[in-house]
Amino acid sequence: MSPASPQPLAISHLAGRGLPLRGHDIDTDRIMPARFLVAVSFEGLEQHLFEDDRKGDPDHVFNDPRFNGAAILVVNTNFGCGSSREHAPQGLVRAGYRAIVGESFSEIFQGNSAMLGMPCFVASHDDVERLQALVAGSPEVVMTADVASGAITAGTLKIAASLPPALRDGFLSGQWNPTAMLLDRFDEVRAVAARLPYVSGF
Amino acid sequence: MAATLFQKVWDAHAVRVLPSGQTQLFVGLHLVHEVTSPQAFDMLRQHGWKVAFPDRTFATADHIVPTKSQQRPFLDLMAEEMMGALERNCRGAGIRLWAPDNDNQGIVHVIGPELGLTQPGMTIACGDSHTSTHGALGAIAFGIGTSQVRDVLASQCLALDPLKVRRVEVSGRLSPGVFAKDVILTIIRRLGVHGGGGFAYEYGGSTLDAMTMDERMTICNMSIEGGARIGYVNPDDRTFEYLRGRPFAPKDGDAFEHAVAWWRQMASDANARYDDHVKFDAASIEPTVTWGINPGQSVAVTEPIDAEPDDEALAFMGFKPGSRVQGTKIDVAFIGSCTNGRLSDLEEAARIVKGHHVAPHVKALIVPGSRAVSRAAEARGLHEIFIAAGFEWRGAGCSMCLGMNPDKLEGRQVSASSSNRNFKGRQGSPTGRTLLMSPAMVAAAAIAGEVVDVREMLEGVPA
Repeated sequence: MSPASPQPLAISHLAGRGLPLRGHDIDTDRIMPARFLVAVSFEGLEQHLFEDDRKGDPDHVFNDPRFNGAAILVVNTNFGCGSSREHAPQGLVRAGYRAIVGESFSEIFQGNSAMLGMPCFVASHDDVERLQALVAGSPEVVMTADVASGAITAGTLKIAASLPPALRDGFLSGQWNPTAMLLDRFDEVRAVAARLPYVSGF
Repeated sequence: MAATLFQKVWDAHAVRVLPSGQTQLFVGLHLVHEVTSPQAFDMLRQHGWKVAFPDRTFATADHIVPTKSQQRPFLDLMAEEMMGALERNCRGAGIRLWAPDNDNQGIVHVIGPELGLTQPGMTIACGDSHTSTHGALGAIAFGIGTSQVRDVLASQCLALDPLKVRRVEVSGRLSPGVFAKDVILTIIRRLGVHGGGGFAYEYGGSTLDAMTMDERMTICNMSIEGGARIGYVNPDDRTFEYLRGRPFAPKDGDAFEHAVAWWRQMASDANARYDDHVKFDAASIEPTVTWGINPGQSVAVTEPIDAEPDDEALAFMGFKPGSRVQGTKIDVAFIGSCTNGRLSDLEEAARIVKGHHVAPHVKALIVPGSRAVSRAAEARGLHEIFIAAGFEWRGAGCSMCLGMNPDKLEGRQVSASSSNRNFKGRQGSPTGRTLLMSPAMVAAAAIAGEVVDVREMLEGVPA
């Protein structure tokens, strides 16, 4: 499955090693600096994740080889704020991330991630900190995330997290990519358009 | 039953409730630009889908457009490839495109209102988070990602969850030297950069009532910096007069009067209920500057920075806790962007600049938000004031708001900027530093060579 052309596919359970990315208000300019948006495709974006942060800080967690191959990101508040660039979650999905657990997300980022089949789970501040501490100390621990219940586990730690109900149900039913649904009853779309006075020129 | 504009517009555009529980919402106006659309058109082709409503879709180029010379081919070959892709995609789908050689080209959020495409009561989507700007005319307008651009191209619809509505009321008169930019920075500072999560912001109150459309656009533009993907102002007579006679507005006469009647009806009812309500006093707002790495980290220019000593933003910016932004030496002054690149922004800046000269160590740019803004400014002789003062007078585009074109900060340069984001690396240098402020404050900083209180320069300047 290529992230550029997602096919309907139920997503109910995710598993993989974690990566603790600490910090609040991490914006999409930091996740994917704007110069990498000068392109006509999303190919290769995974090479540029946090590129400037990584260059500026040798100790940045994305430089730490212990977390190579991680599939679940653990973040703090307002992750993915700022620009609506889908290039940010595209880079993460292409780098192998399958889910994010955080204290809160920017709505646009959470929605863009959902369109790529990457759930962004919301958990409490204390639980996220415990998760980050555990994963930072034991990068080899396999985390799991259950879409239906919102349960996240890492070794013996189990926390409760949640997804917006519509996104959760979309993942479970395989309808997280809505284009086909939107085209399903197109006569109704035309009817709404016809009712709008500005469409018919007042 | 009494309702808000948000609810009325949502209901008028709701197609059906999808099996997921989300609403299928019809998009009345889809705006497209070169950065977030090529992949969407590719996805459409892969699936064999056609653009459903090409006549409700309009395109321009802004992010990658060089502002020194807009001659084709662009020197940056990838930028040229993006431009070519946009031209081919629009031509293939029958979408109207205003390329850099067209008189209507400009930043997508400047040209929408300017051409009368943006109208009250519409739903508007664009693959850019500053789409909230269009809410200034009483539209429900929001930024979307590229997969959603694909959805709108294919179906003219989006699958969305409704938002709550927070009434943000600002009352009273702004003091001289205080502008819409200071108001929105103050709102974001108090409500927080994530405070608008789950909400659409409805801005109102006597301060908003008295504002020009340009000023309302500045306010709505930065809603997303407060975490609200939608911000709007209820349409009023000022909105209607702004639209009258614009190329894509309803034709003057019966059509326009019918439109005004519908637009009025879409405004929030007086007794509408809000999910939250916050109030601001305009008289207490001062010229505001950011000191940190998100737009909520701001202070009045005369005020000390109120950060914790270990705040990473202080270290990045090179400020000490308790110090002031006032007096900070700047290297670059940038006036432009979808936040503050309109005619009235340039007029305010010119008032400050007239008779002065840019400090010798400062590189100063004026980048009109559109070719129409540029023409209007030139007709008033503003470009001559700026050029005489040592500013560079550039062509229309996003320019130094973000590092996607040749206008970039270098190294640790400090920029006084009328744009919207002070994120690390935002202006094109990973270590560059951005101080957000009003265009008048940027103009004053350009002349002084350091951040100053614009009110000191306003003494003796005719209003």
